[in-house]
This record gives sequence, C-alpha cells and structure tokens, in this order.
Amino acid sequence: MGVLAEFLKGLAVTGKTMIRTIFGDGLVTTQYPKEKRQKPQRFHGRHVLNRYPDGMEKCIGCELCAGVCPAKCIYVRGEDNDPDNPTSPGERYGYVYEINMLRCIFCGLCVEACPTEAITMTTLFEFSTTSRNDAIYTRETLLMDEKGNVPHMFPEDPLIEPKELLTADGWVRATAPAGMAAYEGVQMWQRTAGPADWSPEPSQDEIDATTGKSEDGDG
Amino acid sequence: MSLAEFGIVFLRALMVFGLLLVATIVNIWAERKILADMQARIGPNRAGPFGILQTVADGLKLFFKESITPRKVELGMYMLAPFLAVIPAFLIFMMVPFGRPFTIGGNEVALVGADLNIGLLFVLAMSSMAVYAVVLAGWSSGSKYPLLGGVRATAQAISYEAAMGLAMVAVVVYSATQGDGGTLSLVEIVERQNGTWAGFIPRWNLFPQVAAFVIFLLAIIAETNRAPFDLVEAEQELVGGFHTEYSGMRFAMFFLAEYINIFSMSAIAATLFLGGWSGPTFEDSVPAFISAILPTVWFLLKTYAIVFIFFWLRATLPRLRYDQLMTLGWKGLIPAAVVWLIVSTISMGFRQFGAPWG
Repeated sequence: MGVLAEFLKGLAVTGKTMIRTIFGDGLVTTQYPKEKRQKPQRFHGRHVLNRYPDGMEKCIGCELCAGVCPAKCIYVRGEDNDPDNPTSPGERYGYVYEINMLRCIFCGLCVEACPTEAITMTTLFEFSTTSRNDAIYTRETLLMDEKGNVPHMFPEDPLIEPKELLTADGWVRATAPAGMAAYEGVQMWQRTAGPADWSPEPSQDEIDATTGKSEDGDG
Repeated sequence: MSLAEFGIVFLRALMVFGLLLVATIVNIWAERKILADMQARIGPNRAGPFGILQTVADGLKLFFKESITPRKVELGMYMLAPFLAVIPAFLIFMMVPFGRPFTIGGNEVALVGADLNIGLLFVLAMSSMAVYAVVLAGWSSGSKYPLLGGVRATAQAISYEAAMGLAMVAVVVYSATQGDGGTLSLVEIVERQNGTWAGFIPRWNLFPQVAAFVIFLLAIIAETNRAPFDLVEAEQELVGGFHTEYSGMRFAMFFLAEYINIFSMSAIAATLFLGGWSGPTFEDSVPAFISAILPTVWFLLKTYAIVFIFFWLRATLPRLRYDQLMTLGWKGLIPAAVVWLIVSTISMGFRQFGAPWG
C-alpha cells in the first residue's frame, strides 16, 4: 500500500501545480520576446568598447585582451595616434578590433586584462546571425558612439529592446568587489560616455535588497 | 435500402469521423496545455486563441513534409502500417453510442456509428488489430530501434488485453442482471445504466464494478501505449520506438491513431462504467434542442474526465521498467481481474437466484 500512497502523493503534486498555474502565480516561464527578465548584474553578455565622456576611445591597442583570450577569438592591431587629432588619450589606439562571437566563451578575461577598462561586457545576449561573417564583430559594431549607445547589427530586430542598447554598464570585472566592506561606497570605475556612469559599489546587503534574492541566483 | 436509410448510415459514419478528428485536434492541444500547467509552463499559445489551432498547424506542417522511405524497409508493410493503425482506431469508436437517438423527417438517427450486437467483441478485436500496425511498422522499418519497439508492443498488448477483456466480462455479466438477458452491444449496455438508485445515485456500472473500472483504466492506458506504460516508444531508449523511421504524413497517421485510440478507449470506459450518454436532460424546464444535445454533452464530459486521467498520469508518473510492466500485468491486473470476475459473478448469482443452500 506504500506504493499507492506515493502514487497518490505524486498525483496531488501535479494536480496542485496545475491549479496553481491556472488560477494563481505558479507560472515559472515568461513570455520571452514580449517580457524580458531583469538580467543579473554581472551577466556576461556581448562586449562593448567604451569611450571617455569627452568622446575619446579608451582602447590603447595594447593587445592584452587578445593575449589573454583563451579562445583566441580577439584580434587587435594598434596604430599610432595622429598627434593633432588623437583617437585615444594614449600613444596608440585600437585600429583594428575584432571579436569572433562564435568562438568567444564569454569568460570575461579580456575585461580583466584591459588596463583602461576599454572593453566591458553588456547584458545583451541576442546576437544570432544568418551568416558566419556577421558573427565577427568589428570595431564598428563594438565601439559605442559618442552618446554612449551600444551599436547593434540588427537594432530593428523585434528581440532587441532599444533601451537595452543604452545600458553599456552590465558588468565590469569578474573580481568586482561588490560586497567587500572595504570598497563600499567607493566609486570604482572611470566614467564612460553615455549613461554608463558607474555608481559607487553597493554592499552585498544592498544588492540583495534590490534584486530580492542572493547574487548567485540565476535571477 | 432506401436512399434515406443510406443517407442516415452515411451521416452516422460522417459524424463519427468528424467527431474523432475534432476530438484529436482538441486532445493534442489539451494534452500539451494540461502538461504545461502541471509543469508550471504556459504551453502552446501562438496559433489561434489559447493556441487551440496548434494541432492544425502541426498537422499541416507534417502534411507538407517529405515522407522519407529509408532504403532497408520492406516497402509494402512499411506503407501499410500507418493505415493499419488508423483504420482500427476509427472502427473502435464506431461501436460507441455518443448521444440519444433523434428523429429527422420520420427516420430515427441513432447517434452511434454502428450498433452491432457483438459490439464489445468488435472493440476487443479492433484493439488487437492496432497492435499489428505497431509490430509491422517496427519490423518493416528494417532498423533496430523500431524492431525493439514493435516487439515490446506485442508483449505489452498481449499482457494487458487479457486484463482488459476480463474487466469487460465482469461488466457484461453485471449488465446481464440489469436487463433482459446478456448483451455485448454498447448501445444496450448504456440503456441499462439509465436511471438512478434511491433517486440520486446514477445507475452506473462504476459503483458495483469499481475494481473492474480500475483494472480497465490501467489496461487501456497500457493498451494505448501511454505513459507510464509507453515502453513501445520510450524516447530515452528507442529514439521514437516503432515510428522512428516514419516521417511526414505517415508519422502523422501514427500520431492520429494514438490520439484517436486514447479518445475511443476513454469513450468505451465512459460507456461501460460511467453510463455513456445517460444523464439528466431536464426535459420539462429547458428547450427541446438543449435536452436533445445534453446526452452528447454528458458523454463528452465523462469521456474527457477519463482522457484527463491519461494526461494527469502522464504528467506524474515515470515510465515503468520492462519487468515492472510485466509484473503489474501478469501478477497484478490479470489475477485481480479473475478474482473480481469470480467474486462479482457469484454475488450476482446469489442475488439473482438466492443462496444454493437457502
């Protein structure tokens, strides 16, 4: 009879779930293209090349990102700045910057390696293409414009919410010290063009309070 | 046969055909929706209101897809099998009365495909025929997984058909005590369940034959190869089972047959145990056309209650292991059905003829 009791228990579980789904808030899925979930703060999305608020590019063409990339998917070629009309504040700038998104494993090591925080990751993740060539993101596709908008291959795509293209501040460093008491309230990052004005590091408690759940949840 | 009579026979066949096709469309959609609800998902919601046209869309898609014929198949059997699956599925439902007879222009139209006096035997025969389709499909595909699926189907059908038949016999014996002599006609069995006991309990066979109902329910789930008895098409082990090598419309026909079988087996369970179309018609208080339709409504409600049990079990239970399936069939259901048949028959004998020592 133990089997029968277990059997009825199982039926009760599915039955209850059904009633909760139909009449209550049991639903765990969202209507994805229509409604989007808030992505976790440190979501590893597509990359973006940042600018300083004055419009200068942050990338100095040092190729550290290319060197650290475990998937060998970044190709950078630096070039000397024109002294009269410099592209970046340094000596050189990233003349060619390509990321092959088909090979990228979104580990974020390039972001870690970058000495000037030129490359960061956004929370954008919708970049399917119909051609392999389109998956190789070039400087034009990666570099934010002067206002700080993130360029996108298909900005008219129904999956893309225009608002998301304005948030280049998804994630900065895997070792972002959020939650470490020593860094609380300290402004950690340099300013970029556009809305990505990094707020001071919140404490772990603040993060938990705003997201309503702990950081390691999947949102 | 006059033209009117021919027309009525044609109309009846057409009604069965249409009802089954519509029921299949609704069934597949309902299954996906109910499973989704039980798994806290949304389910199909794109095609039509609440996604109800999803099945139509899927059917059209399959219809326009290429029917691939693999090189190693036994062509004749391979082509025949889908039809062998669909035709018995339709024929089973021909026996089931799905409403009260009504009259058009002086001709009585019985809402049943065909009223055979051996209705139940025909149902058993046709449900056995359906196994041939699975076996032939499995064998003629010339591939290992379908073959395994086909072999499993044979063993499973033989095991569970016995229990199903014995549960039916108990009902037939009981039903014989309710009217004038024994009958195998489903129309007659439904009519004998009309009325109530003590004014409010419906005279369904379910109450005196509750054990037979449980056995029958388990057996029809196994008979239609549904979870948790779907070893025939166990995806994790056999890819798709017997229909692995089928595609396009031929695959759709197997799918259609499966869902028609679910519906017609549920309809037979409703007919045998839940009184079929019998139920209150409120002839005094509602317009005539409503009281004419109500029996069909009762029938569909009862059938869908049982179809819902199919879906509920599928959402809940994991698939049985092969030896568990056989153990349940041979050591559980068949002995239980035999014992129940003997017990219920003896008790009915006592009631009918009095105790032999009395």
